[in-house]
Amino acid sequence: MSQRQVLQVFEQYQRARTQFAQAVAELASRPQHVETLQNAGVMALLRPLLLDVVPTIQQTAALALGRLANYNDDLAEAVVKGDILPQLVCSLSEQNRFYKKAAAFVLRAVGKHSPQLAQAIVQCGGLETLVICLEDFDPGVKEAAAWALGYIARHNSELSQAVVDAGAVPLLVLCIQEPEIALKRIAASTLSDISKHSPELAQTVVDAGAIAHLAQMILNPDAKLKRQVLSALSQIAKHSVDLAELVVEAEIFPVVLTCLKDSDEYVKKNGATLIREIAKHTPELSQLIVNAGGVAAVIDCIGSCRGTVRLPGIMMLGYVAAHSENLSMAVIISKGIPPLCTCLMEENEDHIKAAAAWALGQVGRHTPEHARAVAVANVLPTLLSMYMDTHSSEDLQVKTKKALKNILQKCTYLPALEPLLHDAPPNILKHIVGQFSKVLPHDSKARRLFVTTGGLKKVQEIKAEPGSLLQEYINTINNCYPEEIVRGIYQRIALSHLKKSICRRPSF
Amino acid sequence: MATLARLRARLPALREECFRRNGAVDEYRKKEYKAAVKIQSWFRGCRVRAYIRYLNSVIIIIQKWWRGYQGRRYFRKMVETAYFIMKMNFYNEMAVRIQKRWRGYYVRKYTHNYYALKKYLEAISVNNEIVRKELNEYAEMREKEKKKKDLEKKEKEKDHQARKMHYLLSTEQIAGVYNSPFRKSPDPMELLLRKSKPLSHRQQPAKNHLICDWSNCTRSLTFPTAQPLPPIGRQKPQGPFRDTAEVLQQRYKPLEPTLRVAASINSLEKAREEIKREEWRNCVHDNEFLPFSSYHKKEKYDPSIHRSGRYDQETYGIKHFREVQPKKWIADKLLEWSGMWNTSQI
Repeated sequence: MSQRQVLQVFEQYQRARTQFAQAVAELASRPQHVETLQNAGVMALLRPLLLDVVPTIQQTAALALGRLANYNDDLAEAVVKGDILPQLVCSLSEQNRFYKKAAAFVLRAVGKHSPQLAQAIVQCGGLETLVICLEDFDPGVKEAAAWALGYIARHNSELSQAVVDAGAVPLLVLCIQEPEIALKRIAASTLSDISKHSPELAQTVVDAGAIAHLAQMILNPDAKLKRQVLSALSQIAKHSVDLAELVVEAEIFPVVLTCLKDSDEYVKKNGATLIREIAKHTPELSQLIVNAGGVAAVIDCIGSCRGTVRLPGIMMLGYVAAHSENLSMAVIISKGIPPLCTCLMEENEDHIKAAAAWALGQVGRHTPEHARAVAVANVLPTLLSMYMDTHSSEDLQVKTKKALKNILQKCTYLPALEPLLHDAPPNILKHIVGQFSKVLPHDSKARRLFVTTGGLKKVQEIKAEPGSLLQEYINTINNCYPEEIVRGIYQRIALSHLKKSICRRPSF
Repeated sequence: MATLARLRARLPALREECFRRNGAVDEYRKKEYKAAVKIQSWFRGCRVRAYIRYLNSVIIIIQKWWRGYQGRRYFRKMVETAYFIMKMNFYNEMAVRIQKRWRGYYVRKYTHNYYALKKYLEAISVNNEIVRKELNEYAEMREKEKKKKDLEKKEKEKDHQARKMHYLLSTEQIAGVYNSPFRKSPDPMELLLRKSKPLSHRQQPAKNHLICDWSNCTRSLTFPTAQPLPPIGRQKPQGPFRDTAEVLQQRYKPLEPTLRVAASINSLEKAREEIKREEWRNCVHDNEFLPFSSYHKKEKYDPSIHRSGRYDQETYGIKHFREVQPKKWIADKLLEWSGMWNTSQI
């Protein structure tokens, strides 16, 4: 055979390999074929292609592997068990950027499924190589490496610590300053995943100077970038007062309020989360947010959204109102109560309703003025009905009960308390009757109204154990009225009971 | 002897008589003794009673005085306590007034200032309104921008379509699809077609490489641009410091000197001169008004001792003690006159 024929054999083989790799890569991008591929033993076949002489085949094989591992965690485990990772890691440093991108994609796909797989990547030295990729000039390579690091750091704090120990954080901060939007997004998302686990990790991110850059990027018009940036800042701010103060010192207020008006739902949600994480630490930080007009912006945001997106905003109002009565009054005059009531009534999810009930409880618990503002909004019957509803989750019941108790202990607005007399269970009734017994001895108009609206009748109907607190309250109320009225009502009740029992008896 | 006999006859009767008398005396003696004892005892009793009465009255006087003294002491103590209580009540009341004012001031200044709170809440609602308005404006602006972008995109799409379908343009012979002869005027698409330049096939962009599909970073090579900013490591100062405005106010408080310090050193003389000038100004005429009596003008001048005496040392205490004038001695005068008599008699 001539030389050319010999070479032709090699060329054929190379073409076959290229075709195979490309075809597998193509098929792996569709989920329905992955099962078949797995059963056909594609892993074993792709593995030697990774060491192929031709760079294109290597890259295509790596891409195919990445897509397969991305699909489910069995395949990812197969990748790990097949000892592919060390090979990938070792060859990464000397290859070109397409190979680096593909290899980083494989590492990401393996690392995203579970902490054990991510640990496997860490153990075979994948983190150092990924950090080397972060220093590369090509933005695609940086993006892929940052993405992989983000997925690894997401699982738990040990893996995050490993990522930080590999020296990724300063490079990520440099990546944030790059002009490519996609790279910025991924770097912000990775920083968010690193700092969410513990205060020390957040402090490491802060020490690398991330906050200033993240704060600048809030003004960027890209919605997905804003999501990640706000998420990163909120993960940093949530751990401690000092970190929250550092975030505030980066002058995010009032710029962050414009994020609450963004058209993207998740930008609004993350913005509200950031404000919530800052507001929950100390009254001074809440005061700062109130002075910047944050409460009004969050209230408008709650009014315009539906569903889980509202939740951080509701919690933020609750935290602000919980700190002090002045802040709670600020929430009230910013017209915060009507949106909370609509949330309570409209939402279907129990956890959002529970959060709204908790927030209302925090607003109304400070002084009679606050309780009156909440009671005037006619929200107490709703709270009571939620507490009594057997379909409500336990968390919702507990929260509504606490909120009711908090508000009722300070509420002196009797027209709102009247409807509750009829439906309340004994433990809540005790508080309601107690409030009546405090207010009625001093207010003659209220006494008159109490009788005419049938409240006195209802109080007489309550059966209380003699000597209990409830009985004392009932006695106090009875002492406000002259004997004849009380007796008359009692007789009327007895008559009505008699009538009912007569009607029930069968007629002869 | 008869007497003797008679006496002897009486002798035995004597003995009996004597015996009888002694016996009677004896009886009486007992009685008398008892009586004497009674009398004496009564008398002694009287004396003792008188003594006791005397003592009683004395003691009553003493006790009266003593009790009076004790009572007055007690009264004095009561009065002192009552006075003390009155004073303390007064002080308490005054202290209550002071404390009332101070507590009111302190609470209003440092704990809960109602009007400041009210103003603060009003300021917050005003601020909220502003913030809401601005955010609404911002949202509207964004909406408008988005709409504009959408519109532009649509326009571009249309233009691109028109360029692609330029062959549907109507010609002289054949009316195009968009230029039906039954229409009054051509369809806007037709006009667009007339305006557009035909698209050439060679300008299609090359198909993306397979590997770069799943990455959005399509630009080739970049270098890390900005310098990393230093971390925000500014330490917040520790400790509950006073409000900065208060401290600055205290530090730069303007000087309020006392009257003594504020007055200059010549102010007294200046003031006096000023008064004099004013009086001189206000005078109508310059002649001084003289008093009526010229009594004081006739007064004789009494010179002092130094002026009225000689200018050398006084000889009185040194050379002589009494003032002696031998020329006035009468003896000499008498001698003189006698000499004259003598001379006249001869």
